[in-house]
Amino acid sequence: MPTVEMTRHLYRFFPALENRTITVPTGSVAEVLRAVNDIAPGFTDYVLDEHGALRRHVILSINDTIVIDRKTLSDHVPDDGTVSIFQALSGG
Amino acid sequence: MSNMILLGTRKGTVIFDRTNGAWRPRKIVHEGIPVCYATSDPRDGTLWASLDHGHWGPKLSRSRDGGATWEDAPVKYPEGARYIVKVLPTPDFDPEAPVGEPEYAPATVYKIWNLAFGSVDQPGRIYAGTIPGGLFVSNDGGESWELNRPLWNHESRGGDLFAGDATSENRWQGTPASVDYGVFEPGIHSIIVDPRDPDHIYVAVSTAGVIETTDGGRTWQGRSRGMLNDYSPDPEAEWVHDPHFVTSCAGQPDHLWQQNHCGVFYSDDGARNWRKVSAPDAGVHFGFPVAADAQDGRTAWVVPARSDMERMAIAGGLFVARTSDGGQSWQAFRDGLPQDNAYDIVLRHALDAAGDCLCFGSTTGNVYLSEDRGETWQCLGNNYPPVYSVRFG
Repeated sequence: MPTVEMTRHLYRFFPALENRTITVPTGSVAEVLRAVNDIAPGFTDYVLDEHGALRRHVILSINDTIVIDRKTLSDHVPDDGTVSIFQALSGG
Repeated sequence: MSNMILLGTRKGTVIFDRTNGAWRPRKIVHEGIPVCYATSDPRDGTLWASLDHGHWGPKLSRSRDGGATWEDAPVKYPEGARYIVKVLPTPDFDPEAPVGEPEYAPATVYKIWNLAFGSVDQPGRIYAGTIPGGLFVSNDGGESWELNRPLWNHESRGGDLFAGDATSENRWQGTPASVDYGVFEPGIHSIIVDPRDPDHIYVAVSTAGVIETTDGGRTWQGRSRGMLNDYSPDPEAEWVHDPHFVTSCAGQPDHLWQQNHCGVFYSDDGARNWRKVSAPDAGVHFGFPVAADAQDGRTAWVVPARSDMERMAIAGGLFVARTSDGGQSWQAFRDGLPQDNAYDIVLRHALDAAGDCLCFGSTTGNVYLSEDRGETWQCLGNNYPPVYSVRFG
């Protein structure tokens, strides 16, 4: 099952995700995020906008590859994949 | 007398309680998160804060236990909500260039800029104004929100873009407050519900003007007659105005006050007609906030600033100006406020009045309180984060 990792900033809002390995059923990025939302209701409101697209300053990668389809999140996450969610950093 | 003050600041929500005559701050909440507006619902005491998360999107945060615990109340545009994209003019902008086809964008909430509450007969009714220019309505205390479509689809914005492409010109302009989000779109920063008639509502938009409904939001009419936008080719054009904040007298709701980009404006006929009541020689002209007395519609307070390229305190000194004759004359009060090396700006939501008390906070993190209608001031602290809003609870 894929693993989901994320910036610790999100643990502040979703403590249910902290100090645990987050594994979810394989599927598209959109399906993976929905599965995380099932564990921590409201999670997708933080990383996605109202149209289901990644928020402008959020980056998501599958293993080491940053996803390009930020709107429909159609990329498939393989069974042994790791999804990482983090902030787009712009310095300062 | 109010016993609570809520500050929305760059680093969270600060709540002051008045105990035995002294105002004391609680430990900051929403620590580290910009809070562009914080207020309380006078009907049931629910506390509200509009969070401006940099990465995670704007959120409303709500406390039903006096601030002990907070929960999110998300506001979202419905599927199909679009707007015509405005582009921030660049130095090579050519006003004579032919106008191209409009560009459309799906609406997303960039900022929840203002909240207002329905009447006591509408216990769950709450209004929220956003960038980009949406008025949202909740009838269940913020559990769910609905976009007011007649205003969103108003002919001044291009018509019903849910149904198709524009059928009229988009006359609303962007607000500089939207530039931080990488866009140049309008915002609703003022919402006034008439205490006599909850179907009678005003909103003010930067940059468009004042808009009124008398039928609970089914139809909307521009109410900017008399407002003057000095830097526009036609200062009296209907949709060019940049009210910084608009408020009304609770006891005499036909008396409205407006601190505009181009002066202080006053209406005593329900916004049918505005008139400029600035006193530039007295420094009363440019600024952001205005507060109206709750009983006397002719009385209001402003915190003037140096217009408008500099946006700083006038001559290094802070003062509050009060009129009690509908803007015919203004009295400046400086007692207790810094008069040297002050560079504070007081933003549009950062001044409030409640009875004889007034409070304001500045972008420099200074918070001042008056308990004698603005005549003398005490400092509640000099080291707060930049203050975005001040509201008595």
